[in-house]
Amino acid sequence: MIAWYLRRIGRLLTAHIDGPLLAAVLLLMGTGLMVLYSASNAGWPRVTGQMMNMLVALGVMWLFANIPPHFLMRLALPVFALGVALLIGVALFGDVVNGARRWLHVGVTRIQPSELMKIAAPLMLAWYFHRYEGTLRARNYLLAAVLLLVPVVLIARQPDLGTAILILASGGYVLFLAGLSWKIIAGLGVAGLAAAPVAWHLMHDYQRQRIMMLIDPSEDPLGKGYHTIQSTIAVGSGGVTGKGWMSGTQTHLDFIPERTTDFIFAVYSEEFGFVGNLVLLLLFLLVISRGFVIAAQAPTLFARLIAGAITLTFFTYAFVNMGMVSGILPVVGVPLPLISYGGTSLVTLCLGFGILMSIHTHRKLVHT
Amino acid sequence: MLFNPGIEFRDAQREEQQFRVRLAILSGFVLVMFFLLAARFIFLQLIQHDHYHTLAEANRISVVPVTPGRGVIYDRKGVQLAYNFTAHTLEITPAKAMDVNATLDQLSEIVEITPRDRRRFKQLLEESKSFESLPIRSRLADEEIARFAANRYRFPGVEIKARLFRQYPQGELFSHVIGYIGRINQKELDKLEAEGDIANYRGTDHIGKTGLEQSYERVLHGTTGVEQVEIDSAGRAVRVLSRTPPASGSNLALNLDAGLQALVDKAFGERRGALVALDPKTGGVLAFVSKPGFDPNLFVDGIDPQSWGELRNSPDRPMLNRALTGTYPPGSTFKPFMALAALTSGKRTAQQAISDPGYFQFGNHRFRDDAEFGHGSVDMYKSIVVSCDTYYYILANEMGIDAISQFMARLGFGSRTGIDLAGEAEGILPSQDWKMRRFKQKWIAGETVSIGIGQGYNSYTPLQLASAIATVANDGVMFRPHVVNYVEDLRTKARTVIEPKPLRSLDLNPEHIDTIKKALVGVNKEGTSSSVFAGTEYVSAGKTGTAQVIAIKQGEKYVEGRVQERHRDHALFIAYAPAENPTIALAVIVENAGFGARAAAPIARLVFDYYLLGKEPPDDKKGAAQ
Repeated sequence: MIAWYLRRIGRLLTAHIDGPLLAAVLLLMGTGLMVLYSASNAGWPRVTGQMMNMLVALGVMWLFANIPPHFLMRLALPVFALGVALLIGVALFGDVVNGARRWLHVGVTRIQPSELMKIAAPLMLAWYFHRYEGTLRARNYLLAAVLLLVPVVLIARQPDLGTAILILASGGYVLFLAGLSWKIIAGLGVAGLAAAPVAWHLMHDYQRQRIMMLIDPSEDPLGKGYHTIQSTIAVGSGGVTGKGWMSGTQTHLDFIPERTTDFIFAVYSEEFGFVGNLVLLLLFLLVISRGFVIAAQAPTLFARLIAGAITLTFFTYAFVNMGMVSGILPVVGVPLPLISYGGTSLVTLCLGFGILMSIHTHRKLVHT
Repeated sequence: MLFNPGIEFRDAQREEQQFRVRLAILSGFVLVMFFLLAARFIFLQLIQHDHYHTLAEANRISVVPVTPGRGVIYDRKGVQLAYNFTAHTLEITPAKAMDVNATLDQLSEIVEITPRDRRRFKQLLEESKSFESLPIRSRLADEEIARFAANRYRFPGVEIKARLFRQYPQGELFSHVIGYIGRINQKELDKLEAEGDIANYRGTDHIGKTGLEQSYERVLHGTTGVEQVEIDSAGRAVRVLSRTPPASGSNLALNLDAGLQALVDKAFGERRGALVALDPKTGGVLAFVSKPGFDPNLFVDGIDPQSWGELRNSPDRPMLNRALTGTYPPGSTFKPFMALAALTSGKRTAQQAISDPGYFQFGNHRFRDDAEFGHGSVDMYKSIVVSCDTYYYILANEMGIDAISQFMARLGFGSRTGIDLAGEAEGILPSQDWKMRRFKQKWIAGETVSIGIGQGYNSYTPLQLASAIATVANDGVMFRPHVVNYVEDLRTKARTVIEPKPLRSLDLNPEHIDTIKKALVGVNKEGTSSSVFAGTEYVSAGKTGTAQVIAIKQGEKYVEGRVQERHRDHALFIAYAPAENPTIALAVIVENAGFGARAAAPIARLVFDYYLLGKEPPDDKKGAAQ
């Protein structure tokens, strides 16, 4: 009798968990803890802190996995509206940290509303396309694009170009998956190229410098180019099999800046080498392909779009971060998903995975 | 749903179809992007791995020179004359400090910075590059170090460093023989570069500038060690990877005697002059004094402009090494060498005598003797003992300048002795050739006459005089003078003796030598300096001399009291002892002190008493020597 109850409770707890996705996520998290231990010079506080973050994030994942998609759909617009309101609040009353206005005091704690937007923006767009499903016209896409640009512009002005681009990308994925016509895509491409000089003009000096650094990091080896040069050296000196866990000289002699957060991939790459990098790419691919399977099997347009967008945003994070560390993309503040130290990004990511799981495990119930 | 199921279904299916196509396109995009990353990893980690590996190693490994300790210099009895000590210095790297003057002002609230320190630092600042670490204060006290450490954050570019310092405990006493070290300047850096020694001087700030510190620089410096240290990004050493220890410089043991040196210094008192004492059997330099001296410690860390100005502008010229580079007419001390030349060339025998009327008439010029009415009949012995000028006027005139010059050259006059000190002067040994080269004029026969009594063009260093008398004392066998007795390798304790090697033997007839030596003994026994050497327990030999500083007019008599102090004659004395087996020979000159027997000979007596009998001069004797 007790066993029956236990089984029942167990089934209730795991009913909406997707095994393959959870496994891939846990593997990445484990890898992250291992690298973090080395990156923080065998410092346990960071590692245990990150473990706590992971527990919270997994809790959030379980919670969202149990929320049916149609309920989320109802939340989409209010959450997005709240997010935009908070972003405006940041622009007006935000705290300045490191020259950027990103944080907003809310009672006892302070939050970074741009983080919320990473989920809220694609959610809102997916909801929007779902609502007008079957009657989509060009102006729908246009309106969606305008809705997307509101938070993107607000975040870019903070300034936080990295997050803005990521949110733009996640929204863009929704538009693309929703069937944005190729003509418009081509037109946007041309317009984008034409607008590049204008964008360059509008950029902050430091943003321009980061792009210049990418072209020639040696121009300012101790200043802006330092991050890229040192992380590239770390990656390159890793060789085929790496210098071994806890043995990266670039890491342990403090040559890699921000080595527990944005540049943790340099640590990993130095210590585990090319083979390690391939393994990591495979782990990321595992998560992505599972996400795609879930998206492909999703029953509603909303579910398909949100699943696709979450998966592709995850991919974008990983790609931008690794590209930045290995010196093919400019330095933008994007953590390596599930590996970098930091609770906010973990929670956001796991929230996304929770939604993926929810979509997958609720798919039979939705069809009415 | 019931109205139009077909369209609805087809629409949904078409939409799903379109979604799958787009998802497939994006999957392809993801793969392409990951392949791009993989390609980048292949480039960095496989193709360019060696390059980045080298960069990473260069990042973490720094090669740090380990400066060797400089050799210590001892006198013949083991008294330290130059040694090193470790002290903490406060150093500023101007390039890292915001505002050097403001930094100095603020620093002076924490550690004592004297105006002299500031002046010295300003001077250094002008001479150095801004990224060099320059000392502002040395020998910090413990509490000063503690106070600075607590305030360190306020002073970017200011650091406390432990450094080896050079100390010359005897101060002025050895300034002209040991010299000093100072900060390496650009010229010396270029020279090191050219000689391929630059690597050995990485980490070395100082180099020998003068004296033994300069001439034995290579031996004293040692070999710089190397440490490979792993550094972190801030340049802090994390651990030592490998270490080649430095080899300390070798020690120098000198022939000099610190007690003798001090005694001579005291005997000179405030007077200017020089004394060189040699061991005639080896050429070892027993005393080497040039007065006045200076404090070599002032130079070690860069002299401040005020002190330098005082030294440079002093009329006493303390920076001039009189013993090595000062040249003086030898005066009557030249006579024994003239006599020896006469004997050797066969111009005179010892017994040949002249009649001295008190002058020598050459054409319409009258060369006068000291004794107004002459010395009567004068043979060679008497000519030296009473210092008869007329005898040598005649002799010089008969020999001719070139014969004199040839013989004197063999005694070392007019050429460097080859002592182990740099910058030695050659002096002037006049000859027909020399005058033609120097003045483009022919030699005038009358000029030879005053050469006979050590006046005229000839001009020699005290060292050359000492070397010449030592050669006579040693029966014509000449040694190269050397200050250093042996070089001691600190690690192996092996001693490399600076070989006392005969420079040349003059192959003189022993009888001739004997004649001269007897006469020189006569000078101290019954001659010009007999009163000074009265009652000695040893037999000594010597010759007084007086060198004119300005020529006196024809028919005018030199009266000391009438002449300005700086235009008075120089007093000279050359001597050796004991006469039968000489162990010390010396030359002493006291500038503007008048008659040689009165001013110079007493110093020689003090030296002999100390060196041969171990007698310290009684305090009242010091007064007598004045």
